[in-house]
Amino acid sequence: MYKYDNYDQAMVDARVQEFRGQVERRLAGKITEDQFKPLRLMNGLYLQLHAYMLRVAIPYGTLNSGQMHMLAHIARKYDRGYGHFTTRQNIQYNWIKLEECPDLLDELASVEMHAIQTSGNCIRNISSDQYAGAAADEVADPRPWAELLRQWSSFHPEFSYLPRKFKFAVIAADEDRAAMRLHDIGIQLVKKDGVLGAKFFVGGGMGRTPMIGPEIRDFVPAEDLLSYTEACLRVYNRYGRRDNMYKARIKILVHEIGADEYRRQVEEEFAHVKTLGIDPPLAEFERITEYFAPPAFSADADAKLDRSDPDFAVWLDQNVKPHKQDGYSIVNISLKPIEGISGDASADQIDAMADIAERYSFDELRVTHAQNIVLPHVAKRDLHAVWSALRNEDLADANLDLISDIIACPGLDYCSLANARSIPVAQKIAKRFENLDRQRDLGELKLKISGCINACGHHHAGHIGILGVDRKGVENYQLTFGGSGAEDVSVGKIIGPGFDEDGVVDAVEKATEVYKEQREDGERFLDTYRRIGVAPFKEAIYAK
Amino acid sequence: MKLLTGNDLKSGLVIWWTGDGWSPRVEGAVDAGDQGESILAVEEAARRVNASYIVDAEGGMPVHIKERVRAAGPTVRADLAVNPDIVIEKA
Repeated sequence: MYKYDNYDQAMVDARVQEFRGQVERRLAGKITEDQFKPLRLMNGLYLQLHAYMLRVAIPYGTLNSGQMHMLAHIARKYDRGYGHFTTRQNIQYNWIKLEECPDLLDELASVEMHAIQTSGNCIRNISSDQYAGAAADEVADPRPWAELLRQWSSFHPEFSYLPRKFKFAVIAADEDRAAMRLHDIGIQLVKKDGVLGAKFFVGGGMGRTPMIGPEIRDFVPAEDLLSYTEACLRVYNRYGRRDNMYKARIKILVHEIGADEYRRQVEEEFAHVKTLGIDPPLAEFERITEYFAPPAFSADADAKLDRSDPDFAVWLDQNVKPHKQDGYSIVNISLKPIEGISGDASADQIDAMADIAERYSFDELRVTHAQNIVLPHVAKRDLHAVWSALRNEDLADANLDLISDIIACPGLDYCSLANARSIPVAQKIAKRFENLDRQRDLGELKLKISGCINACGHHHAGHIGILGVDRKGVENYQLTFGGSGAEDVSVGKIIGPGFDEDGVVDAVEKATEVYKEQREDGERFLDTYRRIGVAPFKEAIYAK
Repeated sequence: MKLLTGNDLKSGLVIWWTGDGWSPRVEGAVDAGDQGESILAVEEAARRVNASYIVDAEGGMPVHIKERVRAAGPTVRADLAVNPDIVIEKA
């Protein structure tokens, strides 16, 4: 994992001290809320429906055990004993006190963490593949590139006041586990004739205007990655709309001028930026890369797994994925217990995951955009011990990628922007499909719920998506089918009139029945929907 | 009727105007009538409330679902509820 150098630490420490002074002035009445609001937002502190909410950055979703323990400590000391892992691989705390926030940030900084650039019209936390460094299918480890982008984008003076917020995802495999093309800039590391470089997709996003990012360049040599990125941002910063926040994202610019014209302008800018010498010298990139060297894998990690315990066997089949290193596996920890809250974990559970990672996963954890946790490097001989330890903490749900593994935004239970509650709907659907055999029979089915059009719950990318709306003061839920955030990316389409909370649960169940009747061998729900279209589903769902 | 709500500056918690101060419980809230804006101006200036606004209410309870959830607390965490008896759904 990357370790802060003196510059990194000094920058973060200085920002905490600066914010401490700003909080003191606000509490003393020397600045107004209007003056203070942009300052607290720059430090990730929102005022939400019930209280202040702090969003802590987890760069490319990667944590060590010490950092994870700190997140548990913060949940206990400064919040109400839990945290919420988000779809951008961050963590949010819902009950932070303003007067205690500087002390909290001081403690975070002591483990090389912060909440900077988790809000505002700047470059947000860089997200990545949760299996980075462990996946057999990656052409390179994307984390050094994500770290390079983190350093480049932190306090970037030219890009601190963009027309709107800006989100990156960096992956390095054909299988897209990070919803890469639904980001403002999606970067896929690729090899061409044995040389490492990157494909650039620009102008993707969800929100009220979902768009799939078009390919802007099929190959940017690795040594030009920052220059090309800078050129992409410069064109946006120059021409992105600042007069209308709903049209200010880069996806609107790329859509309005067209991908070809945007590409032309980027190439023109790139020719200029390349003369500025902003790409790091090879030695600096190698310095960063060394932090991500593979751990010291053991030669005798393999084991013949005893599958006699059926619960363990199901967990192995559902939540454990192949590792690039013989004898090792990738373990997914579901934060989606039936009747739980998607992405929530108690302080005790966070501590437990940290302990397990320290003992069994080379001290490493990852947060996924699907609001789960990954132990990236677990020896096969330790899998049963890991499962047992997780089960003791109610963290062994074997439902990865099944219908109860629901992405859900906080919705109207916590969020001041939301129009409807997301969590109770997710809980009712999970409860309806509680039987794990039934879920596994349905297979991969990605269900995602947002409580408003901002789409933090990624409903556009759900095989089944649910959007909560306010219909004359009453919560109403629209269904979308056919979305995907993976390499077969697509945006879901609304199937018809909306439902109340119970009605949408019934509708989802009816959709799964149509799927079961119509599916062909090997087809997922999404495949069947794409083959037969929406009509049979509508007929069943809206039948009188 | 009109209720006044906002957040406590230090803790950030939701509070409601009681006529002579602020309470975390909506049951103690009073009708501010047409005095809402002037009351909030004084209270904001004294930093006794933050991000305040006026809410339409009937029978002492906010009309809109968002403010009813604010008054109740998260509906999915009974242990964190301010008043779990508040009816969220509109009849």
